[in-house]
Amino acid sequence: MTANAPKMTEQEELIEGIVRRYDGEVGMLIPMMQDLQAEHGYLPAEQLRRLAKRLAVPLSRVYAVATFYASFRLAPKGQHEVTLCVGTVCYLKGAGQISEAICKEFQVERGGTTPDGLFSLQLVNCLGACAVAPVMIVDGEYHNEVTVESALGVLSGLPPEKESTEGEAEA
Amino acid sequence: MTVLETKRLSSAADLARVRAELRGRRDPSAKCVRVCIGPGCAAKGSTKLYDLFVQAVGEAEADVEVEAKGVGCHGLCERGPIVIVQPGDIFYQRVEEPDVAEIFRETVLGGRVIERLLYEDPATGEKATTADEVGFYKAQQRIALAQNGVIDPTSIEDYIEAGGYAALAKALSSMTPDEVLSEVERSGLRGRGGGGFPTGRKWRSCRDAEGSPKYVICNGDEGDPGAFMDRAVMEGNPHVVLEGMVIGAYAIGSSQGYIYVRNEYPLSVERLRGAIERARDMGLLGEDILGSGFSFDIRINRGGGAFVCGESTALMASLEGRPGEPRAKYVHTVESGLWEKPTDLNNVETWANVPAIINRGSDWFAAIGTERSKGTKVFCLVGKVVNTGLVEVPMGITLRQIIEDIGGGVGDGKAFKAVQTGGPSGGCIPAKHLDAKVDFDQLTELGSMMGSGGMIVMDEDTCMVNIAKYFLDFLQDESCGKCTPCREGIAQMRYIVDRITHGEGQPGDVERLEELAELLEGTSLCALGKTAANPVMSTIRYFRGEYDAHILEQRCPAKVCRGLFLYEIDPEACKGCGVCAKNCPEQAISGEKKAAYVIDQEKCTRCGTCFDKCPFTAVLKV
Repeated sequence: MTANAPKMTEQEELIEGIVRRYDGEVGMLIPMMQDLQAEHGYLPAEQLRRLAKRLAVPLSRVYAVATFYASFRLAPKGQHEVTLCVGTVCYLKGAGQISEAICKEFQVERGGTTPDGLFSLQLVNCLGACAVAPVMIVDGEYHNEVTVESALGVLSGLPPEKESTEGEAEA
Repeated sequence: MTVLETKRLSSAADLARVRAELRGRRDPSAKCVRVCIGPGCAAKGSTKLYDLFVQAVGEAEADVEVEAKGVGCHGLCERGPIVIVQPGDIFYQRVEEPDVAEIFRETVLGGRVIERLLYEDPATGEKATTADEVGFYKAQQRIALAQNGVIDPTSIEDYIEAGGYAALAKALSSMTPDEVLSEVERSGLRGRGGGGFPTGRKWRSCRDAEGSPKYVICNGDEGDPGAFMDRAVMEGNPHVVLEGMVIGAYAIGSSQGYIYVRNEYPLSVERLRGAIERARDMGLLGEDILGSGFSFDIRINRGGGAFVCGESTALMASLEGRPGEPRAKYVHTVESGLWEKPTDLNNVETWANVPAIINRGSDWFAAIGTERSKGTKVFCLVGKVVNTGLVEVPMGITLRQIIEDIGGGVGDGKAFKAVQTGGPSGGCIPAKHLDAKVDFDQLTELGSMMGSGGMIVMDEDTCMVNIAKYFLDFLQDESCGKCTPCREGIAQMRYIVDRITHGEGQPGDVERLEELAELLEGTSLCALGKTAANPVMSTIRYFRGEYDAHILEQRCPAKVCRGLFLYEIDPEACKGCGVCAKNCPEQAISGEKKAAYVIDQEKCTRCGTCFDKCPFTAVLKV
């Protein structure tokens, strides 16, 4: 999957590899962008520009997709990933207050990253774990039946470095 | 199960022979531990349990043959993690890590049942040894979920051994595409994604449409909050979805299929990918399936996290690499869908019903259910109900049977208030309609809808106005913005309802909401907008008094909407610790240590901090 053009930069090679993975089909733009995001953790502007150029589509088309779908991000992620479920059951059991409290306490917006880059907050609608609602996932680890206090407690205890993905206080 | 050598099956007889071989190898007394790794149990740490069992199996004596299987959702999420031990079908619930060694030693090796881990009927106190004895499962009838929790979803051998791909072999070797179509038509199967459109008729329209190629799509963009039926099928038994799709493609005359999976379901993607590869290797997918000359392949696309993509035309736009905006459907997608070609789109659960219909015949299927809604439906029974979980019931069962008999009622001594079905497009059904039969038409008559199968139970502590606001919030976020009625209409409705929940409602607000609702229903482009008012309209229809209390008396009867009820300290329960006073941002609480504290209602801003902080639940909402 490596490109053979000698002058290609690493970034260009990455785009080339992704585009070839889908035979250059413009219809596969979304999977291509998903792969690109998996590589960088977000969609860097210059990479989107390269992708548009390589596929010979207007940059506006690429941005239309990037801004329409909630899973695409145009800015780097925080060190930790926090997913809070706000599906109906979690909401009934207090997820609304929890998200409000997190946003207020850490000055973060839904879908945004804290000013210090500690974590990105994503709100999702239903993770299928309604039996243990409200649910919050921190770096892949489930915290069940969280409350405002326990959620804030978990997040305040997050280590500033990414290496440590385990050992947070259990909810 | 030992993995078969990868060998292409070249005929239906070949498949039957392999199945017989697999069954012959199966020892009925074989020891097996099945650990549920469905989303509910996984959230409670069941994947760790599975690892521990695998480890225990690895360390067992050489002469003991044990198998540990990670299986899909059993349904009873409330009692998870669930572990089933063979032989004997022993059903263990709420298993924790320290229990693993005991289960392995006592039950797997020793054949003894551990009473402590059995399910105990909360009413009778009786213990259930097998799942069949658990009340939750008794009223259920499983077609789509038949193999969930039984087979290992990563093993095609398990699926084949359980009778998998027999329907496909039957269709390809002994039925014409037209016969397959007629069979599905006669079965009365209707779309399980919410709309309830007759599946056979959709297939026929697509088959008869001019143009080629024709596409077949599986809609796995399960977006309704509180609904995870399709996820359970995709992760618990991916091959049944593939088999259904291949049969459908054969009937329709399609050679390319797509499965569009919700972005939040990475495990579904992984399971389906694995299943597709294995099916291809064995000649059950791809070129010349089972030597029949029929070819069909499937590609998986991941959604981008947009609820509207569950709508068929939006989903197709997304598959074409564009923003998921729906289009008006004066030309149906069966005539001009994906890439403007005839396209048939069905929901995951619909596809999962197809193999059983072909295997057992349309008469068998049509005998289940009501006159116009045949078969079963999978529901996610969640919210304020004792047995949270996934249930599959015959159509025509009453809401009361589902909620009380299977779900065990509301629990916590609270009163039932409403059940919400159909997700953000559905509505809230009150207690007086609990004896309504669950089918497509009845639920629509009640102002709700079948939807994809979310069933959220609400108790007396739920404010219906607040719930209406929740769904409007959701829909406002998820409206794609293409058509004005939906984009602006939902925002206006939300603005009004939001005001009401803040005690700023005005007389006439309800009528304004009704007007907007009519506008949305009549003029929106797609189903998202057309049904967006349902949560509001159904709550107005059944709970008008609650709206009036908010608007006219600035009072929230369920005591949910902040500012519309008071906080008081119960002098009996108050221990005089002073935590409330210390935390009150307005210094509105006063009192002496060790004596009951009092809230000054003039100063109180109803922020609720005291309620949250009181260690003795002495702060009351009144």
